Amino acid sequence: MTPGARLAAIVGALGLVLGLAGTAALFVGSAAVTPASVLAVLAGSERAEAVAVVVVLDLRLPRIIVAALAGGALAVAGVGFQALTRNPLAEPSVLGVASGAAFGVVTGQLFGLGLSVLEAIGLTAFAFAGAFVAGGAVYLIASTAAGLPVHTLLLAGVIVGIFFSSAITVLISIVDTNRLGGVIHWLLGSVAPIPPGPLLVFAALTAIGVALIGSQARRLNLLALGEEAALQLGVDAEAVKRRVFVGAALLTAAVVAFAGPIGFVGLIVPHALRMLLGPDNRVLVLAALLGGGVFLLAADTVARSLVAPAELSVGVITSFCGAPVFVALLRSRGARGQA
Amino acid sequence: MTPLLELRGVSFAYPSPGEGRGRAPFQIRELSFAVEEGEILGIIGPNASGKTTLIRLLSRVVAPARGEILLEGAPLTRLTRASVAQRVAVVPQDVPRGFPYTAGELVLMGRFPHAPGRFFESDEDRAAAREAMELTGVLDLAHEPLDRLSGGERQRVVLARALAQRPRLLVLDEPTAHLDLRYQAEAVGLLRRLNAEAGLGVVLVSHDLNLAAEVSHRLLLLDRGSAVSLGPPESVLDEQTLEAVYGCRVTVEKHPSSRRPVVHVVWPEPDMARKG
Repeated sequence: MTPGARLAAIVGALGLVLGLAGTAALFVGSAAVTPASVLAVLAGSERAEAVAVVVVLDLRLPRIIVAALAGGALAVAGVGFQALTRNPLAEPSVLGVASGAAFGVVTGQLFGLGLSVLEAIGLTAFAFAGAFVAGGAVYLIASTAAGLPVHTLLLAGVIVGIFFSSAITVLISIVDTNRLGGVIHWLLGSVAPIPPGPLLVFAALTAIGVALIGSQARRLNLLALGEEAALQLGVDAEAVKRRVFVGAALLTAAVVAFAGPIGFVGLIVPHALRMLLGPDNRVLVLAALLGGGVFLLAADTVARSLVAPAELSVGVITSFCGAPVFVALLRSRGARGQA
Repeated sequence: MTPLLELRGVSFAYPSPGEGRGRAPFQIRELSFAVEEGEILGIIGPNASGKTTLIRLLSRVVAPARGEILLEGAPLTRLTRASVAQRVAVVPQDVPRGFPYTAGELVLMGRFPHAPGRFFESDEDRAAAREAMELTGVLDLAHEPLDRLSGGERQRVVLARALAQRPRLLVLDEPTAHLDLRYQAEAVGLLRRLNAEAGLGVVLVSHDLNLAAEVSHRLLLLDRGSAVSLGPPESVLDEQTLEAVYGCRVTVEKHPSSRRPVVHVVWPEPDMARKG
């Protein structure tokens, strides 16, 4: 099988799983809508003002799309950060980049930015600025002449994350909480339905981020050999790193702006896919886009049905899954003496 | 005839990490030499004599502060990284193993400079990789993850990657460091064959004076960034010069079969040292 055919098969299979998961999720939720009426809505035979139509098409469907986009974007951002730092533990929340983006979003909300199309772009710009500053700070703190040592990088991420979380707390404390509606729920990472206009913006930003990282995938494979080896093989390492950092920061920013800082998706999904499919970034980027969607969709479905009719934040579920994976990865690297 | 590689008065200094503390950053000073097509040039010298820096200069990882490096007559700094990598391949001492690529995937990476815009390698690229793996005897290992290979196997895989680049100049960094005797002999045989048949130019950087003397047409002896001597092994491996550069006593003999020079260290007697 040629590499292209293999990639097509993987994308086809994961796409199918995502489609099935998305369809299944349409039937799950706290509102009492029978499977039969969900089918009727999908077949277009329900009256437009019926409760079932509102629940399925205006609440569940957008939420499913947000979950799939956010999960995919976070997983691809994880692949990007991991290739960039040559460290399988790197990921938006671990690196503190998500906290930086969250600080940006809260700041943007203070300026009154909401979720109309233009305001959503503005909000993402704030988030991107936050992610960029946080990522740059982590890099400057952790970089040594010998590269980015694993433990220093993780500690720098924790420190920067704590700094921006504290800054968010300060903002929330001094501002009338009503202006930051549902901020606590959002800060835990939640997936809520958003209107079609902003949803399109979210999808477009995700596409740009994925394209930025995906176009560098082959070069990222070479970068895994170390910067010097990559240069010797003809890779313009600085340009690759710039593009991938911008792409990963943009994906993080978009997810934080449209869904909240959901942790660990960028750790779990690339790790699982790497075990299944190998370390080739050309395969991983697209597989992570789809696989991340499946994962977050499943996590969100669990989050909204576990304690129904109440809801958990999806970030709680992903963190519960992510913590043991993180520990396992850290221990296995330590055991091999490469940490 | 234009030499394959030519250095003209090359000097280099790393940016100073902090003024006034530690030792001064290492430098290459006024270095000039050429490598002809089909020549094997051995570069020897004690630790910190500039061997590693020289490899980084030749592969355009860093650029000279003064002087210039010409690759087939063209200044290295004016060429793109990919076009340098099409002609100069470096065999490092080892590869990092953070992400578990297979040997085959690693060798295919050597094809990158020939079509950097391509997303997947072509059939031609795969054929070149397979041929290179056959040459270094690692075709059986193509599907093995790198971290399951021994140091010697990995080194032959890395050599295959360099050959897959189809370079004009091969730069070897301690090529036999992880190889046992059999593969050392095979590596030397392969090197000589490629050199003789394909006219491949080779820069061999090694601590192993005897290997360098055996394989190289000429030797360049470096000390603290400057050339001490350059010429055929018989003239460079001179007892007095080596003793001055390495700071220990040596004797030089002739290899019983190849008639090349062989350097022996005269180990100090512990008793004499104690009595002082």
